[in-house]
Amino acid sequence: MTDSSSSSPASPRRTALDATHRALGATMTDFAGWDMPLRYASERDEHLAVRGRAGLFDLSHMGEITLTGPQAADALDYALVGNIGKVAVGRARYTMICDAEGGILDDLIVYRLGGQEFMVVANASNAQVVLDALTERAAGFDVSVRDDRDAYALLAVQGPKAAEILTSLTDADLAGLKYYAGLPGTVAGVSALIARTGYTGEDGFELFVGPSDAERLWQALTEAGAGLGLVPAGLSCRDTLRLEAGMPLYGHELTKATTPFDAGLGRVVKFEKAGDFVGRAALAAAAEKAESAPPRKLVGLVAKGRRVPRAGFSVVASDGSVIGEVTSGAPSPTLGKPIAMAYVDAAHAEPGTAGVSVDIRGSHEPYEVVALPFYKRER
Amino acid sequence: MNNPQELRYTKEHEWLSTAEDGVATVGITEFAANALGDVVYAQLPAVGDTVTAGETCGELESTKSVSDLYAPVTGEVTEANQDVMDDPSLVNSAPFEGGWLFKVKVTDEPAELLTADEYTAFAG
Repeated sequence: MTDSSSSSPASPRRTALDATHRALGATMTDFAGWDMPLRYASERDEHLAVRGRAGLFDLSHMGEITLTGPQAADALDYALVGNIGKVAVGRARYTMICDAEGGILDDLIVYRLGGQEFMVVANASNAQVVLDALTERAAGFDVSVRDDRDAYALLAVQGPKAAEILTSLTDADLAGLKYYAGLPGTVAGVSALIARTGYTGEDGFELFVGPSDAERLWQALTEAGAGLGLVPAGLSCRDTLRLEAGMPLYGHELTKATTPFDAGLGRVVKFEKAGDFVGRAALAAAAEKAESAPPRKLVGLVAKGRRVPRAGFSVVASDGSVIGEVTSGAPSPTLGKPIAMAYVDAAHAEPGTAGVSVDIRGSHEPYEVVALPFYKRER
Repeated sequence: MNNPQELRYTKEHEWLSTAEDGVATVGITEFAANALGDVVYAQLPAVGDTVTAGETCGELESTKSVSDLYAPVTGEVTEANQDVMDDPSLVNSAPFEGGWLFKVKVTDEPAELLTADEYTAFAG
């Protein structure tokens, strides 16, 4: 029996919680140059814990970049596709950074920490690209761009019990903290930026803290969550959680070769904002094309059988012709069957389209085309 | 890692029981099951199939990857574990017991099968 996945021999970076993960018996994996917990025990159990109770994640690999100065908002409005100047202090926005051709360089969350202060959170794999692009694009503005990747550890508590767990450790007004909002506070005696964001499809919080405080906060959260079913959760279940929630992952659904419109996320591009922004002309053309003659659409696929589609597998029509490509696939713990996201020719992209299969190592396995997301929590 | 003494092992992380009436049971080791993560789908050789030592004879699919299953010996498959096909998580919960994969009537076996101690040293 041979595992077909490979690992890199280069020595990856370790987070402030590395010793904790090892003490917990985590299986570690190299992810974007970081040695990260893949899972602690069963990834399926971790997934179900987040859906039903709560999971605790170390996401310290994420890349934080801080912009401060009188023109911080203007610089971000020029550098990103979103309308960042309109974001209120204490709120956050999901947005993207594109190149001049409209290709996605990364998807981001931008937190407005003050009138003249923003924190951009990039994917670990793209943090350097984003830092370089922001630095270059901000050059004509009165703003300073700071690499804060080493300034923060990031812990996330996700799941329906997340608020209850966190409430027991902080005086911060969590009830008043809306989804996609963030406020500075103290959690278990540790100074933190408390954000109601996540990548799981559940309610939850992301806590940005100094690396030297990470261990103390992890232990406090573990103790506070012990009676409520909180478990440590690794990147493996994070991936299946976000997939069920229909959330794109850079390098899979989002790449430099795709525009936000290709990914069905054109709504993040705010043409109505006043000034120019990088990619505006190309994105306007992409928007028009997506409206009039979309080439492929991002859809959900649900297996009728039990074999699991993986990124890169071909989607085929009943005559065997290739009509698309899987970008992410996994067994869905919530649905109890394999699911995938795939770019599929527009003619085959309507939910319910008959005769769609995935080529799984030569065998055409039948799949149902569905609208995303696969899973939506009850509110 | 507790690898039962009475079994023999391959470097592909399969185990093989001592044959009774020429029929041996095959499974994957606890080490392999842990490395795979949650097994969600098992494609096992069918009864009557001839498997050849060192060649693929099925696959195990987990959350993160798919892995080929190699036959540790040559012979004819006499039984595939229906319980594992119905509930592949048995491979994780009981790799040396209820999570066995198939039984084979051995006609030939390679010389390089490992003892438990050799396998434990190999798997680390």
